Amino acid sequence: MIDGDEKSSIIRMFHVHHNYGAKRALIDITLDIAKNEYVFITGPSGAGKTTLLKLFYLAESVSEGQILIDGINLARIPHKRIPFLRRKFGIIFQDYKLIPSRTAFDNVALVLEAAGKKRRLIQKKVKSMLRLVGMEDRYNTLTPSLSGGEQQRVAVARAVVGDPKIILADEPTGSLDADSAGVIMDLLRGVHIRGATVIIATHDKDLIRKTGGRVLFLKQGRLEGSAFVEKQHDDAIF
Amino acid sequence: MTLFFRRAIEDILKNRFVNIVTIITISLSILIVSTFILFFINTSEIMNVWKKGVRVMAYLKPGIGTSKLADIKQSLKVMPGVFEVRFISKQEALQTLKAQMKRQSSLFESLSKNPLPDAFEIRILAPENNWEKIESLAVQIESLDQIEEVEYGQKWLGRIIHFFNLFRLAGYALCGIFFIATVFIVANTIRLVIYSRSEEVEIMRLVGATDKFIKIPFYIQSIIQGALGAFIGLAVLFVSFLVLNASVKQGYFSSLFQIRFIPPAVLLSVIGCSMLIGWLGCYLSLKQYLKI
Ligand SMILES: Nc1ncnc2c1ncn2[C@@H]1O[C@H](COP(=O)(O)OP(=O)(O)OP(=O)(O)O)[C@@H](O)[C@H]1O
Ligand SMILES: [Mg+2]
Repeated sequence: MIDGDEKSSIIRMFHVHHNYGAKRALIDITLDIAKNEYVFITGPSGAGKTTLLKLFYLAESVSEGQILIDGINLARIPHKRIPFLRRKFGIIFQDYKLIPSRTAFDNVALVLEAAGKKRRLIQKKVKSMLRLVGMEDRYNTLTPSLSGGEQQRVAVARAVVGDPKIILADEPTGSLDADSAGVIMDLLRGVHIRGATVIIATHDKDLIRKTGGRVLFLKQGRLEGSAFVEKQHDDAIF
Repeated sequence: MTLFFRRAIEDILKNRFVNIVTIITISLSILIVSTFILFFINTSEIMNVWKKGVRVMAYLKPGIGTSKLADIKQSLKVMPGVFEVRFISKQEALQTLKAQMKRQSSLFESLSKNPLPDAFEIRILAPENNWEKIESLAVQIESLDQIEEVEYGQKWLGRIIHFFNLFRLAGYALCGIFFIATVFIVANTIRLVIYSRSEEVEIMRLVGATDKFIKIPFYIQSIIQGALGAFIGLAVLFVSFLVLNASVKQGYFSSLFQIRFIPPAVLLSVIGCSMLIGWLGCYLSLKQYLKI
């Protein structure tokens, strides 16, 4: 196993390629994300942002190259350990991936149930998390009857409820108005302050400007650049 | 664990139709198989009584001397398959008869002379497997000079035992077929449930659920199907048993033998077996369709 020479990096990629059949979705990506970093991955639609995130939690496996997550080489991880790898992540999926036959509460609770947490703790944590995203009066609603924005907030609650080391957020504010988006971004910042690494895939430049952080720019599967964007205190936006 | 049960029950309710069909199919299979078991338990009891009683009576011509008797006994003893030979004098026979027919003892009072012959009671070893042997033995005994008559009242028993054995074999085969068939029916139901939940399963995996966490509700569900199916099947059998028994009691047979229901230990193992069927069906389905 390749050892992370920098103790502080949580994700390392070495010359990673990913192909969907003949389609080359990611080409020769090498990057390093430090613990507790706040990173944006941006780029036009189809650039490979979602694919990049999928490689981290093994929804897809690399065609070439290597990835280290928190010191674990994904190429060597036994099948049985994959669930434990995934518990390091809190994932906000671009298409939410909520279970339609379950309530908002049950969807959020799932993460903690799967991790074998005690019932009482689950009750408490899930409720407070749903309150935090402003969904306290929709606990028992089946997710298909929620609006897109409400579903997204449930998805966010599910991603952060398990106190994961790494947050992967794929367009976390895509369906939200500015106010709700602000709530979610505040929430992610809070998680970041408590020590998590936050990775947000988005093509919303305003969002990046409002928040600030490292920005990785993807285009047609290639990593075109990396820059640090300062937070802009533009009060007019809020 | 309560969580898993809740999920399993939710699944059963959600896929109500297939689950009900499955449970009914299981209970029909269980009903048929346990009817067989009930039949065998009762018949084999009767058979056992009969088998133990398989004996040949050789009645002697009157007026044979004691020394001659010993000779005959010896020659009977060396015949193949003979297990025990016992001399029953006509006095002894009469005593037994009198004891058996106490109520009609007045019949015997008028007897001035013992009408019964002396006899040998010959017990035969393991007769159910070689009935022909008994027949040839009987012929052999009859050919002895001093023997007047040979009787083995259960001549027909051989045929019945033979038939019974065939029947039992068919019963085993049937049980096997039903076992396999119900396993596949359960597997099929679980397959449908897996399809209806494939999106959910995928999501569960993505948020870090282990295979075990995903599988357990399926297992619980199929084991519940098995248990419920067995329970219903046996309940139907029990009710029919009660009805049948009530009508038999009024009839003539009740004096001959008592019908027993399947004993609790066997009932439990039938239910256990049915749960095993559920488990097995689930296992196969998960292996094939969930690849875990
Ligand atoms: N499952 C798949 N099979 C085949 N091709 C795929 C698959 N998923 C993505 N692709 C292709 O890979 C490329 C990268 O897709 P990806 O979803 O990573 O883009 P993205 O940057 O997330 O885009 P968007 O901003 O629209 O979400 C696209 O050209 C897409 O068509
Ligand atoms: Mg995407």
